[in-house]
Amino acid sequence: MSGAVQQRTLPGFGLTMGLTLTLLSIIVLIPLAGLFVKTTELSAVQFWTIITSARTLHALKLSFGLAFAAAIVNLIMGMVIVWALVRYRFPGRRIFDAIVDIPFALPTAVAGVALTALFAPKGWLGAPLAELGIKVAFTPLGIFVAMVFIGIPFVIRTVQPVLLDLDPEIEEASASLGANRWHTVSKVILPGLVPAMLTGFALAFARAVGEFGSVIFIAGNLPNVSEIAPLLIVIRLSEFRYADATAIAVVMLVVAFIVIFIINRLQRWSQDRAVTN
Amino acid sequence: MSETLPLQQLARARDCSRSEPAIVRYIIIALAMAFLTIFVVLPLVIVFATAFSHGIGAYLSALADDEALAAIRLTLLVAAISVTVNLIFGVCAAWAISKFEFPGKTTLNTLIDLPFSVSPVISGLVFVLLFGAQGLLGPWLQAHDIHVIFAVPGIALATTFVTFPFVAREMIPLMQEQGTSEEEAALSLGASGLKTFWRVTLPNVKWGLLYGVLLCNARAMGEFGAVSVVSGHIRGETNTMPLLVEILYNEYQFVAAFAIASLLAMLALVTLVVKIALERRLEGHRGDH
Repeated sequence: MSGAVQQRTLPGFGLTMGLTLTLLSIIVLIPLAGLFVKTTELSAVQFWTIITSARTLHALKLSFGLAFAAAIVNLIMGMVIVWALVRYRFPGRRIFDAIVDIPFALPTAVAGVALTALFAPKGWLGAPLAELGIKVAFTPLGIFVAMVFIGIPFVIRTVQPVLLDLDPEIEEASASLGANRWHTVSKVILPGLVPAMLTGFALAFARAVGEFGSVIFIAGNLPNVSEIAPLLIVIRLSEFRYADATAIAVVMLVVAFIVIFIINRLQRWSQDRAVTN
Repeated sequence: MSETLPLQQLARARDCSRSEPAIVRYIIIALAMAFLTIFVVLPLVIVFATAFSHGIGAYLSALADDEALAAIRLTLLVAAISVTVNLIFGVCAAWAISKFEFPGKTTLNTLIDLPFSVSPVISGLVFVLLFGAQGLLGPWLQAHDIHVIFAVPGIALATTFVTFPFVAREMIPLMQEQGTSEEEAALSLGASGLKTFWRVTLPNVKWGLLYGVLLCNARAMGEFGAVSVVSGHIRGETNTMPLLVEILYNEYQFVAAFAIASLLAMLALVTLVVKIALERRLEGHRGDH
């Protein structure tokens, strides 16, 4: 390749690479490494005792469990919404398409107070739900609602481009070969969307696990009932129990890294499939 | 006429083969609209409804409050710092990654994206562990009377961490697409490296750069979790707008809390509108090539 030789004629590699690595190290890598250095000050037994204490364990289970449930709702409703946006024409479609990004754009504290006001016992939605005997705000159900809110864009925005690019002839071929519509959708279209769906699901899950601002207002924050893991980190910090905060953070980070790894694999898998097709 | 009829029938058959029965269509559209209305439209509406619930006078006096003004000033300052740092980083990283080949490029890309997958609370925690009183550098900082945590530098650092990937993420694919031939031509005609960047590279990527800065700024102004951990909530000093929303809300000053929240919501809406306009432009540019 002559390109590689020619590229060396462009100036500025040393300067830009130097600045890139310096800033990356100062702002991201060294602080993150500091977290792991701090963890090594704990013995394995201490670490295990912190993580398996009833309150910590409950917070971790609550965060991961509700994030998983919320990501499932995001997956199902995301598919319904993306299908409506891409395949159908209806009044307000462009506006609905645009507002899908609001959970990304709206500061989390604003989302938090807004959802709480909406679902509080006297709120617009909270009051009718309370009459049905359903309490949302200040219960784990409220945490779930906030997690659903912040996860909305992920599945929609990862599946949308793939669905738009889908070759219409595959569906026509399937229909002309006598498959009914349900068969065409479930056996021909959906398999092609699976990598994007799983990527969106994983992103929504990861976001919900770590989410803080939009959750804490609506959560109620009762220890062992509605206390999420990120909040427990904040509480331990305010009590100057740094070791506890660090141990919980490490567990959450490791899970987050595993999720990134899975997402990378999924993307490689879908690229490979695109190439073989 | 007789020839168009079968064609129309064919088109209709083609449409039918690619669509669901009307009843299914209506149910899907209704579900999508209902879900987005409940989870996205209503929260947005309630912010403004509560902010203006005691009239425009109460709204304006809430915003003109000294604490509110201090929070707005601090938010603007912190956003200016983190956007500047991320602009420098984003352009440098994009130049190095898109114009040169080197080992470890994929790893570098992954490392740049890292802050996206770290919980906001942990993004704040890492700086407390580094610069806090019990932190790794804490004793040294105390001996030299340097305040990072519970002060503006800590807030700026945490915000920069959280927004770190935004500009680079937009610039790298865009500059990779541009290739290096135009820059090489400019250089061979005798332009300096900086002039080449300014006159050749930048005009090609300016909308993408603006897009990245816009998203970076929105997140910087709205960041809550990371800033909450490092701020210490000192009234009038280390409260950003999102933190003030929390404080006022917890004090049951709902009109004031939602008035500040409405400013942040407007920031989000403006960001979204500009983002859509920029996306159109970016797509138009790609269409030209």
